[in-house]
Amino acid sequence: MVWTPDQPLVSLRAVFKSFGAARVLKGVSMEVMKGQVICIIGPSGSGKSTLLRCVNALVPIESGSILVEGQEVNDPKLDKLALRRKVGMVFQQYNLFPHKTALENVMMAPIHVLKRDQREVERQALALIAKVRLQGKEGAHPGELSGGQQQRIAIARSLAMNPDIMLFDEVTAALDPETVKDVLVTIRELAADGMTCMIVTHEMGFAREVANEVYFTDGGLLVEHAPPKEFFASPKDPRTRQFLDQIL
Amino acid sequence: MIIGRTDLAVLKPFRIGAAEPWRFNAWHGAALVAALIAAVGIGEAQAAPGTPDIIATMLKWTPLLAQGFALNIAMSFLAMAIGTVTGVPLGLAQVSLLPQVRASSWFVTQFFRNSPWLVLLFYCMLLLPFEVRIGHTIVPLPGWLKSTIGLSLPVMANMSELVRGAVRSIPFGQWEAADSLAMTRAQTLRMIILPQCIKRMTPPWMNLYAILTVATPLTSVVGVSEAMTLTGDILSSEGRSELLVPMYLYLLLWFFLYCYPIARATLALEKRFAVT
Ligand SMILES: Nc1ncnc2c1ncn2[C@@H]1O[C@H](COP(=O)(O)OP(=O)(O)O)[C@@H](O)[C@H]1O
Ligand SMILES: [Mg+2]
Repeated sequence: MVWTPDQPLVSLRAVFKSFGAARVLKGVSMEVMKGQVICIIGPSGSGKSTLLRCVNALVPIESGSILVEGQEVNDPKLDKLALRRKVGMVFQQYNLFPHKTALENVMMAPIHVLKRDQREVERQALALIAKVRLQGKEGAHPGELSGGQQQRIAIARSLAMNPDIMLFDEVTAALDPETVKDVLVTIRELAADGMTCMIVTHEMGFAREVANEVYFTDGGLLVEHAPPKEFFASPKDPRTRQFLDQIL
Repeated sequence: MIIGRTDLAVLKPFRIGAAEPWRFNAWHGAALVAALIAAVGIGEAQAAPGTPDIIATMLKWTPLLAQGFALNIAMSFLAMAIGTVTGVPLGLAQVSLLPQVRASSWFVTQFFRNSPWLVLLFYCMLLLPFEVRIGHTIVPLPGWLKSTIGLSLPVMANMSELVRGAVRSIPFGQWEAADSLAMTRAQTLRMIILPQCIKRMTPPWMNLYAILTVATPLTSVVGVSEAMTLTGDILSSEGRSELLVPMYLYLLLWFFLYCYPIARATLALEKRFAVT
């Protein structure tokens, strides 16, 4: 079956995942269309990070189906590397490579994984660093950058692979309040450019503004989802209401 | 023989990561010099009238001692090189994804790490042939080379543990980030993990080298003509009992002077890496 853009870019069907005895995902289904931005919110430990990690096969699932551009992820013969070339991911703790400069962090994977031309990669990397507003920091090592700056370099590093979809796992949760805004601005611009995004976040204002669809998870289940206006104005499930009451 | 009961560091299996690694410090140096001065003084007092003085005798034999010491250093260099070159792949095998590879490299590492150095030395002396044939050429294996190989075995095992420990100490997020960028495991190890390990491994690696150097006189037990053996030869040719203690202290001072700067540099590196 050939994937066409009118089909979901990512679709999950009844995904189950346990770590030992702990059941973390208990039958999750969702669809993300090309160009869509979805936000996933929910209490800590409800399986949000695990859900994202299943999409790029960092975590293998037990049953169910995950299709990314029509390719089955839950398949022993899956070419993980091919999948991950299409799926970018940004982490809460940035995870930049500390022994490399910002520019080298961004250039490494395109050169060594995609085997692209060094000159061309450098041109793109410089443009991406400018795009995340960090011109002048190309030669800095991660230790010399603030959390927010590191996170923006991490976003540039993922974008340099020209992914079809970006996964964001609480990327502002570890940041000082002053630097959160810069990172959110970067993601918002990315969304406006039409990048497909799956975003786990605790920033409700940001979710309301950027998302096409907001999902609420609790205890390994997707409790409900709706467009942001509707989601925040009239949540249907009592668990969602309770969560929003606590956080807002 | 005293060897069975001694507390000398080199006779016990050397463990990296033990609370405080043993190494020379300035107090050792001061104590050594004081002991040497005292021993020379006592020796002179005991000496029969008309014998040449002890300092002059020590200086007379210094060129020969230096020759022997050069062999100690050569053996330490070579054993360190062999041990490092074999220990790194052994350590990487310990973090392999294949359980059999992991288990067998773990066993080899533990075996050589927990054997006393002297035992390994005897095994190599007795089990290695005196020459090996490579193609059509016959390569002789003199005693010093065999014992160097013997010394390199515990170096290899400690190096293997060093590599394993360093790889394990890299945060898991580094692996996850590399995975999510579609890097292979080999690429991740080569470009992300190992470069970060080198910094962490350098101080304990230098410490291992210093301990190896102090261990090289063990080879005198199996008859290698290094500095310790030559000191014994000098003493028997002189036949003067008052020379015994000053001569051995003098030799120990050589090792101290060689190893102390290494110990200082190791400490300085540890301090610098601990801050950043
Ligand atoms: N690698 C793992 N091994 C064992 N348990 C895990 C692992 N990753 C996550 N978990 C557990 O799964 C549950 C969900 O974790 P996570 O997906 O990180 O939730 P969230 O991101 O919503 O906070 C938690 O109870 C966590 O302890
Ligand atoms: Mg999480």
